[in-house]
Amino acid sequence: MGLWLAVAGCAGLLAAGSALVLPPRIRVGLVGVVTAVAGAAGAVAGGFALAGHTLTLQAPNPLPLGGVYLRVDALCGVFLAVTGAVVAAAAVYGIGYFREHGSNRAVQAVWPLFALALLLVPIAASVSTLLYAWELMALTSLLLVCSGHGAETRSAGVWYAVMTHLGLVTVLAGLVWLAAAAHTETFAGIAAAAPGISPVVKGFVFALVLAGFGSKAGMVPLHAWLPRAHPEAPSPVSAVMSAAMVNLGVYGLVRVGFDLLHGGSRWWWLTLLLLGAASAVYGIIQAAVASDLKRLLAYSTVENLGLILLAVGAAGVLQDSGQQLLAALALAAGLLHTATHGAFKTLLFLGAGSVLRTTGTRDLDELGGLRTRMPVTSGLFALGALGAAALPGGAGFPSEWLLLQSLIHGRVVPGATVLVMLPVAVGAVALSAGLAVATFVKALGTGFLAKPRSRAAERAREAPAPMLLGMGAAAVACAGFALVPGLAGPALGRAVAASGLAGGQLAGSQIAGRLSALGSTLAPLLVVGAVAALVVVLKGLLRITARAQRRAAVLWDCGAGPLTARMEYTATSFAEPLQRVFDDVLAPESDLDVTPHEESAYLVEKVAYSRAVPDRIEYRLYLPVIHTVRRAGRVAGIVANGSVHRYLGYGFSAVIVLLVALAATR
Amino acid sequence: MRNLARTILSVGKVAEPAPPGPEPAPADLDGRVRALRGSAQVRCVDAGSCNGCEIEIGQAFGPVYDAERYGARIVASPRHADVLLVTGPVTRNMAEPLRRTYEAAAEPKVVVAVGDCAIDCGEFAGAYGVEGAVGDVVPVDLAVPGCPPEPAAIIEALRRVTGR
Repeated sequence: MGLWLAVAGCAGLLAAGSALVLPPRIRVGLVGVVTAVAGAAGAVAGGFALAGHTLTLQAPNPLPLGGVYLRVDALCGVFLAVTGAVVAAAAVYGIGYFREHGSNRAVQAVWPLFALALLLVPIAASVSTLLYAWELMALTSLLLVCSGHGAETRSAGVWYAVMTHLGLVTVLAGLVWLAAAAHTETFAGIAAAAPGISPVVKGFVFALVLAGFGSKAGMVPLHAWLPRAHPEAPSPVSAVMSAAMVNLGVYGLVRVGFDLLHGGSRWWWLTLLLLGAASAVYGIIQAAVASDLKRLLAYSTVENLGLILLAVGAAGVLQDSGQQLLAALALAAGLLHTATHGAFKTLLFLGAGSVLRTTGTRDLDELGGLRTRMPVTSGLFALGALGAAALPGGAGFPSEWLLLQSLIHGRVVPGATVLVMLPVAVGAVALSAGLAVATFVKALGTGFLAKPRSRAAERAREAPAPMLLGMGAAAVACAGFALVPGLAGPALGRAVAASGLAGGQLAGSQIAGRLSALGSTLAPLLVVGAVAALVVVLKGLLRITARAQRRAAVLWDCGAGPLTARMEYTATSFAEPLQRVFDDVLAPESDLDVTPHEESAYLVEKVAYSRAVPDRIEYRLYLPVIHTVRRAGRVAGIVANGSVHRYLGYGFSAVIVLLVALAATR
Repeated sequence: MRNLARTILSVGKVAEPAPPGPEPAPADLDGRVRALRGSAQVRCVDAGSCNGCEIEIGQAFGPVYDAERYGARIVASPRHADVLLVTGPVTRNMAEPLRRTYEAAAEPKVVVAVGDCAIDCGEFAGAYGVEGAVGDVVPVDLAVPGCPPEPAAIIEALRRVTGR
């Protein structure tokens, strides 16, 4: 395993270095291949970790303020494997994508570093190592988000920079406080010292890391950066951010909450459960009414990460109530959903990237008719959409089913709060699953089917081979999770056991049993096979029994002339009923502008109607904060007005005051 | 609900007794009539009628004449239809839609021209907006003369198509 990690590290550095020196002609191909090798090696290392191998590496003195401590166990393995696989698929895809987009040298150099940072975060085993890796990840992803041009990109970059660094500040404060209380900064030492730390300190530490890791995981209300930054990054980068980077927030919470702090109190996990449920529902409602394809996918990420956080929260609550087995089941559901979400979201973002590359637009209202023009991409996107809709036969189904099972059986848990919360969580999961179906029917139906609604969509061409290969790899993973989820059982059992969840060791075999029971009772493989066989048989029967000659005819258009694209459902019109239903939550802004004729008020010259669905939380919560900060900045301008003399004066008086104070206290 | 049930019971069946069976269909229609096997799905096309014929067609499918007991049924799309019931002189605007409707209907198909206007443009012959009679636009198999024709006459033509 150490060998594979070394391969991943060397390949990542090699890719970044070669991007700086190689000529543009071979740069894209080579960087893509080497980064893919790094990702694949990371995934293999994760696979070894999931198979039960562990590895500990430490180098006490290379970095200031602490050594480098690395540790790989089965819990890291889940995130290492997902991240590595996502990076590999996205890197192969990137060969085709960046070649056409004429990417610049900086993006090519930063992109492997970003991949490397993502692989480093889950294996860090001390506070300082984790924070270094976390900051490297934040910086490299920020550079990649800012690689585009235009006002949108600039605004997304500012939002992302501010939020990711505020997140870093809270994580840093929390972990440093924890390290100080434990008198050591290695995770093993903290875990050993945790029982002796006062519960109040642990509570504050958890609240701080919840804010930091939660914002990385797109938890409402700290999700505002996600639907801005993900659409603006280059598509392979969006895929990695959305399918791999956000997972690390979940990893952080599981690692700190269960492994380092040993579970803590019930309110931590109830809070997490509530916020997860809110994220799931709010994310999917926003996704259902979004008409920008990548923004839709970004909000869907908020939803899925909400479900994962909900699962982690439920695991904590159940563990606190003594239901170890159900807790392990919930955590396993969360980890499985992390992996399946990684698979289908990679596929969907890469598909969206192919559409963006050939049409130049992400607006679903402008797309349509891509099925005949890019059949392979459309088919793969459909597979991803099936997974995201969490229908049986899709990738997302087994994990959501497992989560619902653990929540429903949780009714045996005593306590009024839990008795109320768990059904609410079941409701949130069910509602988000239902809305996800509507969302992805919209994304696939209005984006890919019917007739093209713009010239750009009319001229769409199929993506080149490397891009199809990257998407194909993600599609294979999706199909695997959908058809044979039982295979992941033993690995998940080991991961839950490694998470530090009480009773996790005992539950490993149970989870494998549940998953293989799911495989046998619901038998997704059998269902899909039977449906396919039925379709073939029915088609054959129709062919044989048809009496009359077949005749090709034009689509019936009521005799009034050809059907035009203007008659189709657009993404906006498809989502209109949902928008009406959730009017109170979404608070859409509509603007009707009627211009009367200049000679008579009764004659209308022009009617302009516009409707937008802004993110309400963003406006209600963030704008007041931004205004306050701006006002404080203006007030501070009075003190610090740019005069060098004044600043020298400040320094001088500070020294005098300090000296006087020292003299007085001696 | 109870009122409705009471009305149904008290009114009973109002359909007139069925007249004797239809004449056999003309020779060129015979094969198609046999292929339809006594069940004809009918699509009405108003190609420019004054709506007189439509009222009579409506009566033909009402409870008194009850065309459905002979196997004819009104449908909402030519895709589902075997029979096109065309009324009125064909106006310029309706000529192309009529042609497309004929194209869209499934094989085997039968066209019945209902009313004098459909047969030879009637009152509107030579008017500036009229393209011609129905027979000028699509091949007509049966004609029901009258201005407007009685429901009984329309039913007689439909019974020749259904054969019962």
